[in-house]
Amino acid sequence: MNKKVLLASLLAVFAGSAAAEEIVVYSSRAEQLIKPLFDAYSKETGVAIKVISDKEGPLMERLKAEGSNSPADIFLTVDAGNLWKAEDMGLFQPIKSAVLNGNIPANLRDPDNNWYGLSVRARTIFYNKNAVKPAELSSYEDLASPKWKGKLCLRSSKNVYNQSLVATMIADIGPVAAERMVKGWVNNLATAPFGNDTAMLEAIAVGQCDVGLANTYYYGRIVAKNPGFPVSPFWANQAGKGTHVNVSGAGVVRYAKNVKGAVKLLEWLSSDKAQNMFADVNLEYPANPKVKADALVASWGSFKHNLINVKVAGSKQAEAVMLMDRVGYK
Amino acid sequence: MPFEPQGLKADNPPFDFRLHFSMPSVFRRWRWPLVALLISLLTLIPLAVIVLSSLTPDPVIWRHLLDYTLPELLNNTLWLVLGVAIGVLLLGVPLAWLVAVYDFPGRKHFNWALMLPLAMPAYVMAFTQVGLFDFSGPVQTLLRTHFDNSRWFPPIRSTGGLVLVMSLAFYPYVYLLARNAFSTMGRRALEVGQTLGLSRSAGFWRIALPMARPWIMGGLILALMETLADFGTVSIFNFDAFTTAIYKAWFSLFSLDTAKQLASLLVVLIFVMVALEQYARGRRAYVQAGRAAPLPRLRLAGVRAWLASGYALLVLLLAFVLPFGQLLVWSWGALGQEWNEALFGYTLRSVTLSMMSALMIVGIALLLSYTRRRDGGALVRLLARVATLGYAMPGTVLAVGIFVPIAWLDNVLIDRFFAGQGITAVLKGTLAVMLLAYVSRFLAVGYSAVDAAMNRITRSQEEAARNLGYSGFVLLRHVHLPLLQGGLLTGVLMVFVDVMKEMPITMMTRPFGWDTLAVRIYGLTSEGVFDQAALPAVALVLVGLVPTLLLSRQKDVA
Repeated sequence: MNKKVLLASLLAVFAGSAAAEEIVVYSSRAEQLIKPLFDAYSKETGVAIKVISDKEGPLMERLKAEGSNSPADIFLTVDAGNLWKAEDMGLFQPIKSAVLNGNIPANLRDPDNNWYGLSVRARTIFYNKNAVKPAELSSYEDLASPKWKGKLCLRSSKNVYNQSLVATMIADIGPVAAERMVKGWVNNLATAPFGNDTAMLEAIAVGQCDVGLANTYYYGRIVAKNPGFPVSPFWANQAGKGTHVNVSGAGVVRYAKNVKGAVKLLEWLSSDKAQNMFADVNLEYPANPKVKADALVASWGSFKHNLINVKVAGSKQAEAVMLMDRVGYK
Repeated sequence: MPFEPQGLKADNPPFDFRLHFSMPSVFRRWRWPLVALLISLLTLIPLAVIVLSSLTPDPVIWRHLLDYTLPELLNNTLWLVLGVAIGVLLLGVPLAWLVAVYDFPGRKHFNWALMLPLAMPAYVMAFTQVGLFDFSGPVQTLLRTHFDNSRWFPPIRSTGGLVLVMSLAFYPYVYLLARNAFSTMGRRALEVGQTLGLSRSAGFWRIALPMARPWIMGGLILALMETLADFGTVSIFNFDAFTTAIYKAWFSLFSLDTAKQLASLLVVLIFVMVALEQYARGRRAYVQAGRAAPLPRLRLAGVRAWLASGYALLVLLLAFVLPFGQLLVWSWGALGQEWNEALFGYTLRSVTLSMMSALMIVGIALLLSYTRRRDGGALVRLLARVATLGYAMPGTVLAVGIFVPIAWLDNVLIDRFFAGQGITAVLKGTLAVMLLAYVSRFLAVGYSAVDAAMNRITRSQEEAARNLGYSGFVLLRHVHLPLLQGGLLTGVLMVFVDVMKEMPITMMTRPFGWDTLAVRIYGLTSEGVFDQAALPAVALVLVGLVPTLLLSRQKDVA
């Protein structure tokens, strides 16, 4: 018994203990995009927020391995596919919050309230203004038509954004039509798929290709620095289901030590003031429809969102990846 | 280096374990395998977690992989490994030979400058090279102002481009070890060759190259292990390699088990590769034959001198000057966003971590190398191989393999001693765990430097000391340590630079707030803001330059 006490006290020297007025967040959203918000919350409420940043995969494995001894209260990540996976692994607990339900539209949150989208990212068509007239563009499916042969640029299929887009298309138009579409894209490629959206947009600007698909905030970052950038967004599928949107979002961890504090923080993140910051720091769209987007973002015009629940990006992701492998989309 | 017993006198025999402790004979017999086992456990446990937790393959996913991705993947990996092997040899060995035995304009500066790329992480080299040479980059843009188009320019985002960039990033391992082998190898052999009528270049092929082989292979294996474990570089090139398939199975198909199975396959491949090299080397022993008399450098003249300088300059430009210049240009543009006290904190933590882990890893590498020296049996040799496998694992997978057992142990400890006290961590998130994790990752680097030096100590040097009554760790301290100084320093410096560049294990095991330069760079590159990532990258390179320059001054390293 004595030995046990000794060992326990020895261990206690090295063990960290969590203070009550503290919230621990595991985040795979880039730190520079989330830190300003947490700083503002701490300043406003006096609650300390500890952030552990890593990629989503390792963070989920970490939560799983730690189980009931995880220090994490909130798991925050990008892409609904990852949120779906975390829920699938049983890492979240359902949240009861009228505030969150009021602020976040139904298609941007989990039907069982395990997680909530906090910002919206639209993935749409971009074109070179000198080479393409907007009238020539219409939909994601149209980019598979032979008229774009040798004129299309795409980001790698290994990136989750295109996986989510294809997963959504599988749900919208069925797996056969979706596979035909992706095959058409591959046939139209002007060059090997790019490692990131920014490089792809720059390739469109210098005429390596005429059209491509990107998230709007990557474009926003470029035009904020270089207003003469000769590329414009085109809202895809406006005559159909609408432009593909995805979210970055968060949920309360199943074994959270500070559930109340965690829910409060999420509610604050969905509020008007925080939503502006959350979206604007990265030129994304607020998830709360009452909140206006940044002026630059708003200047691209409003558009019809695809209202399918973003969860589908996760549930059909593996199917989408296999589909892309089959048609040779690298 | 000649053998000089330092401070030892036969009439004053040192403390001898054997006189004071009578060890049970079982322990005596197994003590070296036991030491090797304890060290290799640091790698064995994570490897076991990865291999054993995923024994049942998912039939749907494996069918898909076999039908659509695996054949191409193996093909790609083969070409990548072959290409980088040829690349680092073609860059590293000739440059090492030129610098070691010839004299030509600029030789003194090239001698150290050719080490510089070691300070630049491969992923940083990759995003700067792609930024420079892709269609939308400055080089092709400039070309387009003079020609109609630049579509004839070879695409950088291709297998060839990737092989080139990786070769430029990893050749310093071969260069460093080969150069030191050439410049310290027994000159007598070359002299014998000359008296037999061999020219200097024939002497290279028939004498120097075969003699330097273990050191060249040591550098080559480090380069290839890094190639196989790399994820950052191949993903910038969107190249389908083993690591990208592992991450794709994990992040995209949501099957960590498949990812672990692929990773296990990778470990087997690497083990076979290393074992083949070992087998090919056979039982030949490589020791230094007597005192090395400096051979006068052969002065190259005329065209040959300028060719030598030109080659060295070209490699230096491509591998360091151009990418570093691009980084400087980018960081100038992002100075306002990134130049702040946080940058100082990242740098300080990077240096602290790298220093601590370098000392620890080289200490353990020394113990392992000495163990192998004392017991050359098959078991110890195998354990030494296993202990160094972590270097070839994709970092993120190894990080999970490390974290899972630690978290498990923590859960046991908490349930037993701290239940209900609100304590969530005992071991995890401590510096100690982080350092142990680095050991399993980087032991190969420290070990290859220390072991290369150990191989140069002759049996007769040891026997002489034994006849004076020294044995065990006393022998290590008084005989080996003085002779190993160079190798130990090389190990410390190489590990230091490598830990600085490491990302996934740092991210997974760091204590709260221990963000390093590499973590910062990851945060920025993951969002595609490469220009902003440039300033922390410049800081990383500048800090890495200090050990790299020290390393290039190391004469007697291996």
